[in-house]
Amino acid sequence: MSGAVVGEVPVPGTGNLATVAASPWQVARRRLLRNRTAMVMLSVLLLIVLACLLAPVYAHHVAHTNPFRSNLNGTTVVNGKRVPIMKQSTQGLGLGVTPIGPTWDIRHYFLGADEQGRDVAARLLYGGRNSLLIGAAAAAITCLFGTIIGVISGFFGGFTDGVLSRAMDVVWAFPVYLLAISLSTMLISGGFALGPIHITSSSLLLPIFIIGLVYIPYVARPIRGEVISLRRREFVEAAIGLGASNWRLLWSEVLPNIITTTIVFFPLMLAIAMLTEAALSFLSIGVQEPNASWGTIILDGQDLLYTRPTVALAPGIAIAITVLTLNVLGDAIRDALDPRAKLRSTK
Amino acid sequence: MLRFVLYRLVATVLVLFAISVLTFLIFFATPGVDPAARIAGRNADQQTLRAVRHDFGLDKPLPVRYAIMMKKLFITRDLTSYVNRGARVVPQVTAAAPVTLSLVFGAAVIWVLVSIVMGVVAGVFHGRPIDTVVMIVGLIGISMPVFWLGEVVNLVTQSRLHGTFLFSWVPPLGYVPFTQSPVAWFKSLILPWITLAILYIGIYARVLRSSIVDAQEEEYVRTARAKGLTERRVLVRHSLRMSLIAFVTLFGLDFGALVGGAALLTEVVFGLHGVGWLTYNSLQNLDLPVILAAVIYAAFFVVIVNAIVDLLYAWLDPRVRIA
Repeated sequence: MSGAVVGEVPVPGTGNLATVAASPWQVARRRLLRNRTAMVMLSVLLLIVLACLLAPVYAHHVAHTNPFRSNLNGTTVVNGKRVPIMKQSTQGLGLGVTPIGPTWDIRHYFLGADEQGRDVAARLLYGGRNSLLIGAAAAAITCLFGTIIGVISGFFGGFTDGVLSRAMDVVWAFPVYLLAISLSTMLISGGFALGPIHITSSSLLLPIFIIGLVYIPYVARPIRGEVISLRRREFVEAAIGLGASNWRLLWSEVLPNIITTTIVFFPLMLAIAMLTEAALSFLSIGVQEPNASWGTIILDGQDLLYTRPTVALAPGIAIAITVLTLNVLGDAIRDALDPRAKLRSTK
Repeated sequence: MLRFVLYRLVATVLVLFAISVLTFLIFFATPGVDPAARIAGRNADQQTLRAVRHDFGLDKPLPVRYAIMMKKLFITRDLTSYVNRGARVVPQVTAAAPVTLSLVFGAAVIWVLVSIVMGVVAGVFHGRPIDTVVMIVGLIGISMPVFWLGEVVNLVTQSRLHGTFLFSWVPPLGYVPFTQSPVAWFKSLILPWITLAILYIGIYARVLRSSIVDAQEEEYVRTARAKGLTERRVLVRHSLRMSLIAFVTLFGLDFGALVGGAALLTEVVFGLHGVGWLTYNSLQNLDLPVILAAVIYAAFFVVIVNAIVDLLYAWLDPRVRIA
């Protein structure tokens, strides 16, 4: 890839001979667009997001099911015949019922039913909405606060840095899942109340904030390090020499150089946040019934694992594919914004 | 070295203190939550609530409550559950610890050995197909939820292919103590070990691969070659040795994450009654004292192991002591 192709764009209206340097953002965008693996992954991710956003359309107009209400006595159609959703067990004592398995018919219980007779396919789409929403919001919180804390701590140094860094060290030393479990245990059954703020226990805001908060040091620490080394660079010293205020230094010298790191972190934090959400929901301290997420559906499927494995398999595959696309995209965005990192890793 | 050891010990004690305070604040001072109602469990009567308030000194100031909690956890160790009336909590955690330790150390052995082999192979043949395979395995490994992978393993080995010669040896889910039968212990843990190790093998192989590739350009490797050493000797004695330093650092960090996270979920899926399973079980009926004890003991264990790894590391690599 030669610099002339990537780094310069033709100036419109001046013929093709004259060129101006492209902005770093344009260069990065073009590198990313040229990365075929990344584009495939992006399309897959967008398809998943789109499918999840269309969950109500699917539930109301295609499958005609209510995925949030148990439907133990309902019936559905398989091969043109009406069959009950919950089938009486024929083995052993004949006690207990088994939900219907996958019909592979998009209109009638495509992926079968769970133990409450609810349509797994519709729950999978609604669950995906929650998983993606929690992941994205938590990753946004992590990146936003991680950047703010990292920049303040690295830029001002001294006492401020001491306090913030020690706080980050403690959260860092605390195993993430244990911290998240402690917070969730206290909040999930009674909600959160502080002054005028009141969050009910079934609110998605709880997992969002819990997951967002526990990962802050993972972003804040590297950003702090980067800000400290930026402060010693000539262009920052030049700006100080020109009498720039702290605010101006932060806003026009430090932040533009830090923002790429935050952007690189976002897809990776999103991947981690989604895995954490799945784990917390699996431990029954994430998304609460009757609401669904990919984690809760895996939990629903645990008791049906040997009889109706699709219930647990489908959401796991959905998580794995989504997280895989995010990890590949994250690497691609890093390579596009900082080609030297790529050189280092594939030399 | 002595100064480094002292410094590290003081830092560890401070971190332990800070973690205990943070846990205390989460459990006893979360805004809008009545700790007595949580500790007593669901639908507790007034009498139990009064007993909890008295037991934990909930009418006393925060520092006193902190002291009471720590005393119950570490000194008298008489923290009791209100859901399982009178059951002592700390002995439950210490009884579950060997299960978790067996799981974690076995998985670590597998993941370190396999990833060193994979990393070295990929590093030596970098740019070839085997290299790509290692990269892809690494990505897939970190993209799967570990508890889901465990369920897939169970589905295959306990149900679908259990009748075939491949998996007919797989025992039912559960843990067998090493002292009872080493062979049964190994059989009950081998699949959970592999499940946990798959998470990390790819990542570690990738890290090792790139540092071996980097080391090939270093001057000490060129010197070793110039001396006329064989390629194999250069690789094993020079590049690999140096590359293992990055590997050890990463291992220290991930070991903690493993104990406090992935291992917990793996125990739940494979029915191994370790600290993670205990936590999961207590979450089902919100038995708070058990969760509190499990969280604090596990977090302390992780911090102490990290400190030991750091000391070992400083002993191996003198440059760390100065920094």
